[in-house]
Amino acid sequence: MKKEEVPQDLSSLAKFTKEVCYATDSSGKYITELSSGWDVKIKALDVAWEDIKKRIEAASEQVLNNNASPLLFFMEYRLMDISILAEYTGFWKWQIKRHLKPGVFKNLSNEKLQKYAEAFNIKVEDIKSMTINE
Amino acid sequence: MNSEKVNRINKVINDDPNYPNFQLPQFPKTFEHRQAAHCESGVTSNLLKISSGGKITEPLAFGIGAGLFFIYFPFLKINNGPAIAFRTLPGYIFNHTCKSLGIPVIRKKFRSKERAEEFLKQCLAGGHPVGLQVGVYYLPYFPKEYRFHFNAHNLIVYGKQGDNYLISDPVMEHTTTLDSYQLERVRFAKGALAPKGHIYYPENGVAITDEQIKHAIKNGIRKNVNSMLHIPISFLGVKGIKNTGNKIKKWRDQLGLQKAGSYLAHMVRMQEEIGTGGGGFRFIYAAFLQEAHGYFKNESLLKISETFTKTGDLWRTAAVQAAGIYKGRIGNQEDFNLMGDYLHEISELEKNAFLALKKIK
Repeated sequence: MKKEEVPQDLSSLAKFTKEVCYATDSSGKYITELSSGWDVKIKALDVAWEDIKKRIEAASEQVLNNNASPLLFFMEYRLMDISILAEYTGFWKWQIKRHLKPGVFKNLSNEKLQKYAEAFNIKVEDIKSMTINE
Repeated sequence: MNSEKVNRINKVINDDPNYPNFQLPQFPKTFEHRQAAHCESGVTSNLLKISSGGKITEPLAFGIGAGLFFIYFPFLKINNGPAIAFRTLPGYIFNHTCKSLGIPVIRKKFRSKERAEEFLKQCLAGGHPVGLQVGVYYLPYFPKEYRFHFNAHNLIVYGKQGDNYLISDPVMEHTTTLDSYQLERVRFAKGALAPKGHIYYPENGVAITDEQIKHAIKNGIRKNVNSMLHIPISFLGVKGIKNTGNKIKKWRDQLGLQKAGSYLAHMVRMQEEIGTGGGGFRFIYAAFLQEAHGYFKNESLLKISETFTKTGDLWRTAAVQAAGIYKGRIGNQEDFNLMGDYLHEISELEKNAFLALKKIK
């Protein structure tokens, strides 16, 4: 990549930092050049988030139809799978699978809910109402 | 110092139960933040700056650490996409660079969060900037769009003011701070490659001579030739690139256009997103070979460097083609075939480049 070809499209990262690219100058020698983003990868990131959004929507629908507990919604919202959530909370995977059932979830103790709230970085009272304060 | 001796020193230091009381050598208190393309080679070169007098640049750290690679794990998925990497395993670059240069490394992981912080404080009190492995999901200074459960990010802590740790993250333009809770959270992020409080730094007071750098460069090139050419597994190295090309040609039928697009987008992110310096690390590697030429004056190094510039450019051309597909602008089978052909071409070029590197004595 030549120095002049280092893309300068505006990514969401650019508000925080520009990133270093390695490129060649007119004599062919490598130098570093800052880039504010590249359309190709901005779109790639968009695709990833569109996929995530779809998963979150599907999850919240499941919860509203009483097919899953709100934990599923927050799991998708925090991009977690059952194993990551198990590690953050200290529960076993089979316990989490149980807690994903609305009937079981209803009777969870406050202590257990607190563990989930911490893992999701939210307040306990927000779990049941699927509220996000961000 | 040969690598056997360094291993021995590392072992002695790491096995010593009294290690926390080990006398840390004094270290100049100033720390200079230098932005880098890639987190681990950036941390390595910044931590080595003082002992090397600035000679170990980011490309040198990357090349000596034999950082270039290609992996496509067919049966593993990360963030619902294929597991693709353009570099070696996390931790390898720092370790291998220090080992090759004959610098003993101090590294620790912890079960207890308290002990992890205690050890960090001791290092800082001894005047040591340290490298930390962290997860990015709860890293507050990263924009939300970039926060995934990725646990192999690296940053440097170089001081503490009140409850705030002073952070030099090599991919950021400026230094920043994290309070003790925020830092603990990212040091003990969970999931694949969980950092477990991983802390590391190079021993001080070991001067790095040009002779050592030359030796280390040779060593790094040899290691990289091996990892790219000689691992007999079909999804690693140059063979892996070719195989992935074959796979991509089948994605349209196997996955459907939408999912194939998501997979391609994922691949482009692994290739170009923060930390690669562009072209899936190929440009950093080309820069490394140019710097190696400064030490060896062997003209073929410059020729081979040009080849990596070319493959880096080709990786980017392939990314543009992929973007056409996930933007929905193109999507015929021929478009996927062309994408696969780019990877075949890259595989061939990189194979020849590494064969040429193998011949350099």
